[in-house]
Amino acid sequence: MKISRIAVAAIILTVAAGLGFSQSVQLVGAGATFPAPFYTKVFDEYNKQFGVQVNFQAIGSGGGQTQLKGKTVDFGASDVIVTDEVAKSFPAPFVSIPMVAGAAVITYNLPGSPELKLTPDIVADMFLGTIKRWNDSRIAALNPTVKLPNTAITVVHRSDGSGTTAVFSDYLSKVSDNWKSKVGVGQSLSWPVGVGGKGNPGVAGLVKQLPGAVGYVELIYALQNSMPYAQLKNKSGNFVKPSLASTTAAANVTIPDDVTKVSLTDTEAADGYPISTFTWILIYKEQSYDNKAQAKADAMVKLLWWLTHDAQQYAQPLSYATLPPAVVAKAETLIKSITFNGTPLMK
Amino acid sequence: MRSTRLSDRAFRTGLVLGGVVVSVLLIAIFLSLLLSSRPALVKNGLRFLTGTEWNPVTDTFHALPFVAGTLLTSFVALIIATILSLALSVLMGEYFKKGVFANIMRTAVELLAGIPSVVYGFIGLFFLAPLIRLLQEAVGAPPYGVSILTASILLAFMILPYSASIGREMISLVPSDLKEAALSLGATPSETVWKVTLPYARSGILGGILLSLGRAMGETMAVTMVIGNANDLTPNILGPGNTMASLIANEFSEASGDVYLASLIEIALLLFIISTLINVVGKIIVNRMAQAS
Repeated sequence: MKISRIAVAAIILTVAAGLGFSQSVQLVGAGATFPAPFYTKVFDEYNKQFGVQVNFQAIGSGGGQTQLKGKTVDFGASDVIVTDEVAKSFPAPFVSIPMVAGAAVITYNLPGSPELKLTPDIVADMFLGTIKRWNDSRIAALNPTVKLPNTAITVVHRSDGSGTTAVFSDYLSKVSDNWKSKVGVGQSLSWPVGVGGKGNPGVAGLVKQLPGAVGYVELIYALQNSMPYAQLKNKSGNFVKPSLASTTAAANVTIPDDVTKVSLTDTEAADGYPISTFTWILIYKEQSYDNKAQAKADAMVKLLWWLTHDAQQYAQPLSYATLPPAVVAKAETLIKSITFNGTPLMK
Repeated sequence: MRSTRLSDRAFRTGLVLGGVVVSVLLIAIFLSLLLSSRPALVKNGLRFLTGTEWNPVTDTFHALPFVAGTLLTSFVALIIATILSLALSVLMGEYFKKGVFANIMRTAVELLAGIPSVVYGFIGLFFLAPLIRLLQEAVGAPPYGVSILTASILLAFMILPYSASIGREMISLVPSDLKEAALSLGATPSETVWKVTLPYARSGILGGILLSLGRAMGETMAVTMVIGNANDLTPNILGPGNTMASLIANEFSEASGDVYLASLIEIALLLFIISTLINVVGKIIVNRMAQAS
């Protein structure tokens, strides 16, 4: 009897402690894996500075959208913009706010790891399987100083659904009609040729293993693993080396009021790298739902403001490209449009 | 006396409860797969089983390439593993029953079962794949290194411990008077193994192989890393392919759109049904063999 009384007391104490703990504001988010290292760092910083705990689970962009749709998280994170069609299946309108930018680079396994120059049509034809060998005259004409071997081109792509594949295929669809009609845009595709690797490490591993392989990985991953990557000819006709600066530069275009309509792929910016993209945080426009406390909504909006302003300083050291000022201005308007019972949370 | 009966009854109830929970769980898994895949069952129809295209962009989802990939990798792995595990179980159960060498070998086989599959994947990618590439170059296939055969060989080593351990147990259970009788009639040791030991233990050995087949069909990580993940129907075991489990592991987290997600669950449902069928058929064969001997 005595033991059971002690057990009951212990349970009551634990529950009480749990309730007390949850009264301090805690925010929960889930989604994209690409910006996860950035989010982990800045959410930790935010907790230190403001005492608000943000719990983020990197479960993938698709998962982030599904969790927000089910209202099980306070915010979702996604590398891809939710299409209008999918947005209709959400229970309420939401806003997408850009956080940082990233890029996909074209990497390869060639003797001496030269820095190649490539044009959009060559990239599309390589991944469609129409250019079959590295010493193809079109590649050779662009790279007269590189000794290209007579090896077969082996395409390596992502086998898992990913935002990297989405931005890469979005770019190829813009520059190649053939790609648009035969393959299209998506996080997972029906690939005409090649083999698939899981995640950036999977693609990188296969590229390193296969002489003559060509693949695409996130810029961060290529930088951290010193992999060779190609310069790409952009819309203005300049060959641009992928870097954090040229990724941010890709956003130097006229930004429409609906920032989600801006696409950085095949950018018109003269020194912008053309396979660039934003990563987004999704949040319901009206925050008063499911008995949510206003304190929580307040904290959420303050966090978004901080992320698009002060937190940007943490992006570069972690190899993420920062938001250009014009985009930050649009993000401010979006954050101010978030309401609680119809009243804006931030003026 | 009374308290003994009570504890006996409690024990019995506990056992029954355990059994019920497992059966209910199995049925619940089946039902939840069935329910969650409803949108796909409606949209894909029977074409799901016969078509060869998997294209999330156009919402076209067919399972045949993955069913073929799963069956092909599992059975090729099974053939390789069966040969190796038979040799191992005879060696461990018949020739080296005790002693240092026997202990080392038994520990080694058991350790194989404890290696995480991602480690197998890396061994496959960096050690096995280059060897397979040499083979592919020799026969004129595209030298990817990764292929259905690479995955099969890797799987064979992953499932080996299960069939070998059970095989060893089964062989050591063969009554020694049977073997002694064969030897006294003038049979050589190898004849005794082939004609007495193996036939006597065959239903148990087959049961072990069946158990390992289940593991081969469900393996994801190691397979994903070495199979090439090409979602086409490839009859060529030197070419890249994909399996049902590997497809789900690859695409589930980023699947957006109701039909896409439901189609992946439909793949899981299909894998569930195929595994069950193979298990039932296997059980029947094992039982027949047990009756025959």
